[in-house]
Amino acid sequence: MEYWLPVFFYGAMGLAMLIYVVLDGYDLGVGLLLPAGTDEEKDTMIASIGPFWDANETWIVLGVGILLIAFPKAHGMILTSLYLPVTIMLLGLILRGVSFDFRVKAQDSHKAMWNKLFFVGSLVATTSQGWMLGSFVTGLQNSTTNLLFSVLIAITLPTLYIMLGTAWLMIKTENELLLKSIKWAKRAILPMGVGLLLISIATPMVSHDIAAKWFTLPNIIALLPIPFACAIFYITIIWLLSREDILKTNYNWIVFAMLIAICLLAAVGLAYSIFPDVVIGKITIWQAASSIGSLKFILVGTLIALPAIVVYTIFIYRIFRGKATTLSYE
Amino acid sequence: MFDVDPFTLSRIQFALNISFHILFPTITIGLCWILLLFRTIYTYTENKDWEYAYFFWIKIFALTFALGVVSGITMSFQFGTNWPGYMEKVGDIAGPLLGYEVLTAFFLEASFLGIMLFGKNRVSNRIHLVSCWMVAIGTTLSAFWILSLNSWMQTPTGYALEDGVFVVKDWWSIIFNPSFPYRFSHMLIASILTSAFLIMGVSAWRMIKKVDGPETRNVMYTGIIIAAIFTPIQIFVGDLHGLNTLEHQPAKVAAIEAIWDTEEGAPLTLFGFPDETEKKTHFAIKIPKLASLILTHELNGELKGINDFKDETPPVSPVFWAFRIMVGVGTLMLIVSWWGVFTIWRKKSIGKPLLTIMSVMTFSGWVAVLSGWYVTEIGRQPYIVYGALTTADVVADHPAGMLLSTLIAYALIYIFLLISYIMTIRYMATKLARSQTMIHGYHNKSTQLTGEKA
Ligand code: HDD
Ligand code: HEM
Ligand code: HEM
Repeated sequence: MEYWLPVFFYGAMGLAMLIYVVLDGYDLGVGLLLPAGTDEEKDTMIASIGPFWDANETWIVLGVGILLIAFPKAHGMILTSLYLPVTIMLLGLILRGVSFDFRVKAQDSHKAMWNKLFFVGSLVATTSQGWMLGSFVTGLQNSTTNLLFSVLIAITLPTLYIMLGTAWLMIKTENELLLKSIKWAKRAILPMGVGLLLISIATPMVSHDIAAKWFTLPNIIALLPIPFACAIFYITIIWLLSREDILKTNYNWIVFAMLIAICLLAAVGLAYSIFPDVVIGKITIWQAASSIGSLKFILVGTLIALPAIVVYTIFIYRIFRGKATTLSYE
Repeated sequence: MFDVDPFTLSRIQFALNISFHILFPTITIGLCWILLLFRTIYTYTENKDWEYAYFFWIKIFALTFALGVVSGITMSFQFGTNWPGYMEKVGDIAGPLLGYEVLTAFFLEASFLGIMLFGKNRVSNRIHLVSCWMVAIGTTLSAFWILSLNSWMQTPTGYALEDGVFVVKDWWSIIFNPSFPYRFSHMLIASILTSAFLIMGVSAWRMIKKVDGPETRNVMYTGIIIAAIFTPIQIFVGDLHGLNTLEHQPAKVAAIEAIWDTEEGAPLTLFGFPDETEKKTHFAIKIPKLASLILTHELNGELKGINDFKDETPPVSPVFWAFRIMVGVGTLMLIVSWWGVFTIWRKKSIGKPLLTIMSVMTFSGWVAVLSGWYVTEIGRQPYIVYGALTTADVVADHPAGMLLSTLIAYALIYIFLLISYIMTIRYMATKLARSQTMIHGYHNKSTQLTGEKA
């Protein structure tokens, strides 16, 4: 128990964050793409994320929640060091979350402003998330190289979210907008690939701990499948993007699935790099863990609630499956 | 400018964020149940007017919910960014309670909200009703967990201290701590009252401006009746809450009543200006013995004064004033709602003066809720966990300049959003519920919104 409970919550936290990146990633991505659509397309784009965004965002609350429940000491350490990016991200999330609702309810003359704010909020939230991830991976240090590394991730993350956004739009839209989504994806895929590649090269350079974990002999062979599989998925996406005939069919979800696979592999790689620390080089999950009694108390709830959440999330995605039309309250 | 200490800035920022957050949950918790009522009446009577009422208010609900969610996300980061010591010391207790809120409440409400808002034509009537129930239960559960935590911080039980860290002894007595039942019921009723006055006020405004269909009057009557029933209950619960506070946090009550020296047969100070340096209340208007009577149920009961608590007393003026504002609004609510019921009961239509008062009181619930919370939270200073941990012990040492800039950024955004929110509700109130526009054959541009059809 002493050993496994923190490990369990570490996994649960990682999972929540991964789900967050994929789910909120696509709706943040749609936010980033918004200025590229015509007025009518903007409505459809928003309609495609309308019923989901709120629940999507709740995953980050769960992720931070688990950090707080299971690793209270690390929670304070991480969030105080990340004070500025966190605050900026929150301001971004506030702006986009409300613009989404205001844009259809406020006067027509204000709609353009709310559209802009929706984009700006999405961009601010995304880049600060990248910045946070960067400082986190480098063990919350503030040297210049680490800062550059954070900037690199802050630039790359929007491209990943944009890809997720386009893949989501391919599933949810048709005709003109579908074609546009493919066009957008074609433009974003290369920057995303270059960004991810640079990050992969830079990570062991900025963190000796991580370098040591990857580049020793038996490990590196066992780990090789990760970058290898990533490359295959990436090339498949590029190939798919050239096949509009496939993307126009119901099989276009494959692009989205490939992106999820890439995120999953990245998460596995990251988890391997960090484990068993919560803050690299500073505090391990066992040192940061809260008492076993508290963990058990919340474990019961987690084991009951998490499957239930998954079931009704699937239920809701099924109800709103198919192409997005206009949303109506009536 | 920068000589403000980081501790004060962190406190102001926390207070600002939670004050902004609470505005929206207060409405959604209550409004959700009222919407469910509209929805249920419609389902069983098939009276279209109630459906229009539902469709009109669901949009305001959606907007309010969005504001509640985004400001809530801010809250969940605050503990870590500004009060790291809090989580280190109280994490074993606060963590699981907040965790249960996320697991049981947030996902429930956030997920089913999608169906409640946009699923009307995609699911059966029954599933739609069930979804409305889920959202209503979800919002109420949120309040349950967060208030449990807050009440525990006010009246901590069921824990032990080991090396300055709070460890759990008994979950049951942590969750159902002594002040929890009072705080939970008082807050739920506060939400219901806030929403009742919101729907009453907006409907009254619509009637004055004559942009109403028959549903507007239904809604207003519903609001009046709900308010007339719940205001007296709220006053009663508030009184019980006060008695409970006297038992557990006597210093707070001394500040509420501005009682400086321990007295038997203490008078009730209606108004006055508490003066912290001279330790007396200037220009006090007092009713003899009433405070003792209310709080101890004896004419000559003894009440402990502020001067006798040594240094662990809260600031007096803000607590004193905030309490009077809350009670004042409560009294006004009682008068207005009963006046309304009386008019309806005499089968008269509600006249312009009352309509005007009601529309002025649209957001009166907010005023009472905020003042109530200020009483609660300022009244428990200097402690964060009452009697056991002071707020100053847990603050993060950020540079003042950084805190000041984020504080200003938050404040600007909140002012902007609050104005937008109120203006948007005002704007929505000038339009008919959309189904109504179809019946009346209106097809002018302003009622035809695209995207998310209004
Ligand atoms: C519509 C809102 C509303 C109205 C009309 C009232 N209250 Fe209230 N009051 C609240 C909304 C509220 C609140 C915001 O919900 C508080 C803050 C914390 C809490 O649990 O409830 C609160 C706190 C609060 C406290 C502080 C308890 C503590 O922290 O220890 C007391 C003693 C009262 N109330 C008493 C009253 C009385 C005697 C009222 C008679 C008119 C009254 N309230 C009306
Ligand atoms: C929702 C309505 C609430 C309002 C309007 C409110 C308001 C306030 C205010 C004004 C303060 C500052 C008191 C002072 O420093 O003099 C404060 C402090 C605090 N409150 Fe609340 N509060 C609310 C609910 C809660 C809840 C639910 C929690 C926790 C679960 C909480 C936790 C705290 C903490 C940790 C502080 C300490 C920081 C500080 O002293 O500034 N509050 N609150
Ligand atoms: C420090 C205290 C608080 C924290 C950390 C907090 C946190 C949050 C978070 C993260 C959300 C967004 C949930 C989502 O993603 O759907 C939220 C929403 C909500 N909160 Fe809070 N909250 C606090 C205080 C309160 C209080 C005092 C109440 C009520 C009494 C409350 C009631 C709600 C409700 C009902 C919602 C749902 C959204 C809405 O109705 O607008 N919260 N809160």
